[in-house]
Amino acid sequence: MASEPTILNEVVASDYKYGFESNIEQELLPKGLHEDVIRFISQKKNEPEWMLEWRLAAYTQWLKMREPHWANVKFPLIDYQDIIYWAAPKQREGPASLDDVDPELLATFAKLGIPLEEQKLLSGVAVDAVLDSVSVKTTFQHALKEKGVIFCPISEAIQKYPDLVRKYIGSVVPTNDNFFAALNSAVFSDGSFVYVPKGVRCPMELSTYFRINARNSGQFERTLIIADEGAYVSYLEGCTAPQRDENQLHAAVVELVAHERAEIKYSTVQNWYPGDKEGRGGIFNFVTKRGICEGAKSKISWTQVETGSAITWKYPSVILKGDNSIGEFYSVAMTNHHQQADTGTKMTHIGNNTRSRIVSKGISAGVSQNSYRGLVRINPRAENCRNHSQCDSLLIGNKCGAHTFPYLEVANSTATVEHEATTSKIGEDILFYCNQRGIDTEAAVALIVNGYAREVLNQLPMEFAVEAQKLLAISLEGSVG
Amino acid sequence: MTPLLHINNLHCKVDDNEILKGVTLRVNAGEIHAIMGPNGSGKSTLASVLAGRNDYVVTQGSVTFLEKNLLEMSPEERSQEGLFLAFQYPVEIPGVSTANFLRTSVNAHRRYQGLEPIDPQTFLNLMRERMKLVEMDPSFLQRSLNEGFSGGEKKRNEIFQMAMLEPKLAVMDETDSGLDIDALRIVADGVNRLRTADNAFVIITHYQRLLNYIVPDFVHVLIGGRIVRSGGKDLAYELEERGYDWIRQEAVEQD
Ligand SMILES: Nc1ncnc2c1ncn2[C@@H]1O[C@H](COP(=O)(O)OP(=O)(O)O)[C@@H](O)[C@H]1O
Ligand SMILES: [Mg+2]
Repeated sequence: MASEPTILNEVVASDYKYGFESNIEQELLPKGLHEDVIRFISQKKNEPEWMLEWRLAAYTQWLKMREPHWANVKFPLIDYQDIIYWAAPKQREGPASLDDVDPELLATFAKLGIPLEEQKLLSGVAVDAVLDSVSVKTTFQHALKEKGVIFCPISEAIQKYPDLVRKYIGSVVPTNDNFFAALNSAVFSDGSFVYVPKGVRCPMELSTYFRINARNSGQFERTLIIADEGAYVSYLEGCTAPQRDENQLHAAVVELVAHERAEIKYSTVQNWYPGDKEGRGGIFNFVTKRGICEGAKSKISWTQVETGSAITWKYPSVILKGDNSIGEFYSVAMTNHHQQADTGTKMTHIGNNTRSRIVSKGISAGVSQNSYRGLVRINPRAENCRNHSQCDSLLIGNKCGAHTFPYLEVANSTATVEHEATTSKIGEDILFYCNQRGIDTEAAVALIVNGYAREVLNQLPMEFAVEAQKLLAISLEGSVG
Repeated sequence: MTPLLHINNLHCKVDDNEILKGVTLRVNAGEIHAIMGPNGSGKSTLASVLAGRNDYVVTQGSVTFLEKNLLEMSPEERSQEGLFLAFQYPVEIPGVSTANFLRTSVNAHRRYQGLEPIDPQTFLNLMRERMKLVEMDPSFLQRSLNEGFSGGEKKRNEIFQMAMLEPKLAVMDETDSGLDIDALRIVADGVNRLRTADNAFVIITHYQRLLNYIVPDFVHVLIGGRIVRSGGKDLAYELEERGYDWIRQEAVEQD
């Protein structure tokens, strides 16, 4: 055979479009982690005593824990003393209006296509922008307030709504849940907080945009979303980072709580810097995302489109505690070049008649490794539960890898659990066929990848779906000939 | 008259094996040529080289298509210039509907011609009309391209795509194999209706039976990477009756 991918060899190449660095005046702590760093962060945020105590307790637990290496990803031990734990754009305390925000910062977000001026925003999307450790600007606050919806930086929520935060923070992801969650609990700097009161349907999509800018810094944001009885909210998260030779750590925690009949839809388009073609640099994305369907008939749905990061370690999960509750996980994880992704979900069925659905679409190109890891657990007393999992892998070229690790723990015989998996490949034959119909290789790959990912992309709100579709195409650009 | 396609002394290699050893063929607009030959004689190789498949290395000779050097063009340019290959083994593309695939294809052709993308309604109507030509049900449009199609349905889909793209030159690689007699008639009728004074067909087959329905102007016999004999449609009958051995024998004697 002629060397299979003469064309596919170049399943590489595309350039990261968000790799610029902004020249924003910053306040930085020196590298290193110890109790004083945590005290400093807490003090900077003007936190109440209980919050500091909580952080310190998490820190103590973290010290006893070991960095996990069980996932199908390879990375050197991270030196946690070589990371900056506080980096913030210098600005006056709590920007009340846009005039208080550094223009360079606004320009940064504008460049990313995230205008913060409300009149310019896509109608119906409220944005919270987080740069490095600090929330920069949350838009549409007033419109939301009218409905009683709280959408603000978590640092602000700790001040203004301490009872809510204290009740829920760590209730879904305990501080000692895992190494990275413990670290996050100790040093988290900001993130978003959402509370939707009883019976309220949040009038617009809520969106947080995360950006790492500072060098050598880690980003540890924490998001907490609570939908009270009968409430509905759809939340979107986007992320990018500058192009750097060193690896940067991103260890976030997201907690979702859905009460009776409430519904939370959480969508992520993750495009952290993936590293260059040789595998230098890129974000280490170690994220803990979990939701609990606390009340009966509640629903939590995770949708993720993962194209960035050098390493992705992430398992958005749902604890189905309320009877008749529903958990969903829709994922497209794409890896190119030397990227490694180990991602999937965990569905824990506790309540009766709970249902979960998993649709995972892995796409591997270049010399990347892409793993799906999923656990479906049916507890002994959970009657009549159902799960359906569909795990597909698409290979582009023949130097990449796709792996599937489904774990099933079914302890109740009334459960129905189904798992389907497929592997397909965009080989020379398919590309040549497309070429013969006048479709160039790049367009062919985009066509096939979008067709393949459609079931997941359809879950995203319209504007995001279009963005995500473009992103998939861009991330594979030059991947072929 | 300048021919539509002029293949001159074409040699080509795959993995260092010479497969085509000097093929010469002229095809004028309005003509139908049949290329016949036993398995492994190089028929699909010839089709692939014309379409620009990159694991075939041309070592000698030239191919002129519409007065341009075909061998310099990328596969997609060849398509856009009006060369169509009906594949012997059409691929399946999961997740991409037949309609979406064809829209991408037709719009790529239109862009090449400097035209705007086709309006969706016009396109849908056009597809429905052209499908009738090969008696394909419109429900195929929403199905993933060729996925789960029977052998005959895949072949009909090739002709349907050909009808949508209206090529100047269509190369059909064993479109007849695996078709039952009814499907064969449907495919042949489709081709006959697409035939004009401005286009041409090269029909690769190793049975004579398709040629009962699509009557060729010329029949060429390809053996061992060379056209060893050319003639009119009667040559096809002769081959059907006598097989290829006698020609092979004659070819050896000529060498
Ligand atoms: N990709 C390839 N690699 C190696 N040999 C090939 C390849 N394609 C075709 N061949 C060889 O070239 C010869 C001609 O094949 P082909 O053109 O498919 O014949 P036909 O279509 O006439 O049956 C055969 O001997 C076949 O084994
Ligand atoms: Mg053949």
